[in-house]
Amino acid sequence: MNSENNTNGFEPKIVGFLCNWCAYSGADLAGVSRIKSSPNIRIIRTMCSGRVDPSFILEAFKRGADGVLVAGCHFGDCHYLEGNFKTIRRIEFIKMILNQFGINEKRVRLEWISASEAEKYAKVSFEFTDEIKKLGPLKLFRNERG
Amino acid sequence: MVNTMQHIKIDPITRLEGHGRIDIFLNDEGEVENCYFIVPELRGFEKFVQGRPVEEMPRITTRICGVCPEAHHMASAKACDAVYKVEIPSAAKKLRELLYSVFFCADHTVHFYALGGPDFVVGPDAPKSERNILGLINKVGIEAGKKVIKLRSLAQNIIQTLGGKKIHQVTAIPGGITRGLSEEEREQFAKDLEYFIDFAKFTFKVFDDIVLKNSNYIDLILSDTYTQKTYYMGLVDENNKVNFYDGKVRVIDPEGNEFCKYEPKEYTQHIAEHIESWNYLKYPFLKKIGWKGFVDGIESGIYIATPLSRLNVSEGMATPLAQEEYEKFYQTFTNDHTGKIPVHHTLATHWARIIELMYAAERANELINDPEITSKEIRTIPTEIPTEGVGIVEAPRGTLTHHYITDERGIVQKANLIVGTTNNHAAISMSIKRAAKGLIKKGCEITDATLNMIEMAFRAYDPCFGCATHTLPGQMPIELCVYDADGNMINHKQRY
Amino acid sequence: MAKPKLALYWAASCGGCEITILDIEEKILDVAEFFDIVFWPCAMDFKYSDIESMDDNSIDITLFNGAIRNDENEHIAKLLRRKSKLLIAFGSCASEGCIPGLANLFTKEDIFDFVYKSSPSLEDDSKGIFPVTSTQHTEGETTLPKFWNTVHTLDQIVDVDYYIPGCPPQSFQVAAVILAVIEILKTGKELPPKGSVLGTDSKTCCDECPRVRKEKKIKEFFRPHEIIPKEDECLLDQGILCMGPATRSGCGALCVKANVPCRGCYGPPPNVKDQGAKMISALSSVIDATTPEEIRKILDKIADPIGTLYRFSLAASLLQRKQNDVK
Repeated sequence: MNSENNTNGFEPKIVGFLCNWCAYSGADLAGVSRIKSSPNIRIIRTMCSGRVDPSFILEAFKRGADGVLVAGCHFGDCHYLEGNFKTIRRIEFIKMILNQFGINEKRVRLEWISASEAEKYAKVSFEFTDEIKKLGPLKLFRNERG
Repeated sequence: MVNTMQHIKIDPITRLEGHGRIDIFLNDEGEVENCYFIVPELRGFEKFVQGRPVEEMPRITTRICGVCPEAHHMASAKACDAVYKVEIPSAAKKLRELLYSVFFCADHTVHFYALGGPDFVVGPDAPKSERNILGLINKVGIEAGKKVIKLRSLAQNIIQTLGGKKIHQVTAIPGGITRGLSEEEREQFAKDLEYFIDFAKFTFKVFDDIVLKNSNYIDLILSDTYTQKTYYMGLVDENNKVNFYDGKVRVIDPEGNEFCKYEPKEYTQHIAEHIESWNYLKYPFLKKIGWKGFVDGIESGIYIATPLSRLNVSEGMATPLAQEEYEKFYQTFTNDHTGKIPVHHTLATHWARIIELMYAAERANELINDPEITSKEIRTIPTEIPTEGVGIVEAPRGTLTHHYITDERGIVQKANLIVGTTNNHAAISMSIKRAAKGLIKKGCEITDATLNMIEMAFRAYDPCFGCATHTLPGQMPIELCVYDADGNMINHKQRY
Repeated sequence: MAKPKLALYWAASCGGCEITILDIEEKILDVAEFFDIVFWPCAMDFKYSDIESMDDNSIDITLFNGAIRNDENEHIAKLLRRKSKLLIAFGSCASEGCIPGLANLFTKEDIFDFVYKSSPSLEDDSKGIFPVTSTQHTEGETTLPKFWNTVHTLDQIVDVDYYIPGCPPQSFQVAAVILAVIEILKTGKELPPKGSVLGTDSKTCCDECPRVRKEKKIKEFFRPHEIIPKEDECLLDQGILCMGPATRSGCGALCVKANVPCRGCYGPPPNVKDQGAKMISALSSVIDATTPEEIRKILDKIADPIGTLYRFSLAASLLQRKQNDVK
């Protein structure tokens, strides 16, 4: 899998919040099975995708991320039963707010990836990296005067 | 204050609400060559309310000013009612006006005792550390101080009940008011409000004893240094009596003849704004006359909107005790008690303010005893598609206009605010310059007292530069012009 | 023994924080007796030059209200920091940016353009003239402070010792803090840890709200003027967006008692950095939908998400201002 439009050698920094029971295990399986996935994703394991507070996403962008991936269990599979329902609502809401903040909501992506879906994880990781490459680096104004 | 004898800065101006600076330039003779009154602060309300829901405007625009949030709250609510073309229940109107009258009492009290009053009570040339409310209390006695505190305390309590919060009220909403009055509350407030009338009488006496009986102060008030002849503006009811909450805007010329009278929605036909590059704050003027520069008189479009102005444009006060003092006021200054001849002495505004304090106290008493004041019918749900609306009230400092244009969801697309003190901006500049020229003379030493007496010229207007500076200019291009002693430009640089 | 020195200053603010101090009523006389007030432009005649001539650290306490939005605000903030032992961010503007912070949704060009070019009341030849930071008149130069593109909070400019939040801080809280400080200065007791938030409690507004809260399942949002809510029930339960769950307690829940929703003026709850994000989290727990389409449909009914969730805290939020990533 290759990326097109790699102008100026821009390598996106993407933070991936993956839930312990499904998505993280899926990514782990990809690794163990020698299935290549995008090195641009820096993975942070949370116990549930519902643990991902909207402020984590904003904090990731503030600290230099160009994209944020949030991945959890399919509906019905959540280890904590309903955590992923909260996730989908939070992500929709934060995307809407990001737009209002003038940040392209495509920089946030939500996926449901089970523990056995190693291939899916790999595919999503490359797709998302490509998409962020097209969007370009996120340059934020902060603390500028004048 | 930087005293180089060429360029004197009074920085910042004090005993008012908001930011300001006075730059005085002296010529070689030591006399005032020119004087600039500069407002260095702006925040950008008219722009950043774009995108806000119109029903939130009564809660957002209060933050233009924490001294007179009630004024913005009411003007905004009236504009919202107009945007939704909704008629509010009669009880809601009375409740809003009651809140408003109580506020006027509290606000005028603060100005007289804490902001403008100390100049008279303690004396304009008292030491800097005494020219304030604490010095005033020292002079007039702790009992007077306690009376002021009591008035404010009672007023703020009523305001918190009717408005939700003491500062930055929340209850006025398109279609009415969210909180009514119980009979128990009404009874308590009726007792409290009787005190307001006593307090207004007390304040008349303070002013009479300290100012009117002091011939030096009378001379000061009548002096040319503090006299200016402009157009006057204020809200009047259908009998042309002063009304703070509702009515039409009436403007008279310096000779006392009616110049125009308009409904809120017509204000754009009458008011325009002028810009100077050395000031962030704009200068409103009467469109039909035009901007003729910083001059007064019948040919210039400069007008003022202050308690003095409100008394000048009216044909009386709607309540008896205030009317009595109104007649005394005009008799004193014009030898005619009807008010047909306008008073042009800026410092007389302090007296006009107390007359308004009495009217507000009497009006509040009328309203608290109105049988409808405890009604539960206080809200109408708007049903019309929102479009555009204008709301005007008299803020203590002048006529306040809120104008909103919304989309069909009621989201603000454009807002225009002409705020109390802004009306007076040109006149304040002129008053300050006139005072500076009158007080700084060749050979005279310029003391702290001199500079304070220059500041007295603006204090009479009770300016609220928080209100005035609701707008924000943004990026500053720089233009630099260098002149030699003959006034020829010898260097010019620009950066955009 | 010399009285401790107190200074009060306002940057980009509305004056409400000044008035809330007057609202402590007779206690103001205690304050005047205990402290030597050395600077308070609203009520006293001391000028900037008086502050400049003071020794560093000679002011015991400065109560600084107002946001930082131009060079003059910054200059005085830094000046007062040098001259003060304790600098307290007083009120929402200094702590979170408050309403002036909403200007961070626009650029200086946007705002500039509207006020000096497109405003409907500009008529005469001066329309389109933009104010400049330095003007050379025939008599001499006058200046205006440079305005910033972005509103900042006090702690983004200087080191801040304590915060007293609220728009304005409620006078009973202000009185409590001032009297506590007087007590500490008199007895030499220990000050609270640096960075503490004073004049508040450590819960959320919901804790002080008298309305009854039941299970929330929000299917539709209503704007405050669209319905007349029931008096005893939680407003959020009834579909009116109320910032109570994401707002620090301490004000007495005044707005909800007056039948309007909380808008968050006391700032975020303890340990929360971004008030809007916290509210998103809270609302997401109770919105009754599970597909993106249903969710967006419900969210679309919120009239002004960013302006409601970040009404008071935009300048202090993680992103601080609107960005221009989306063309």
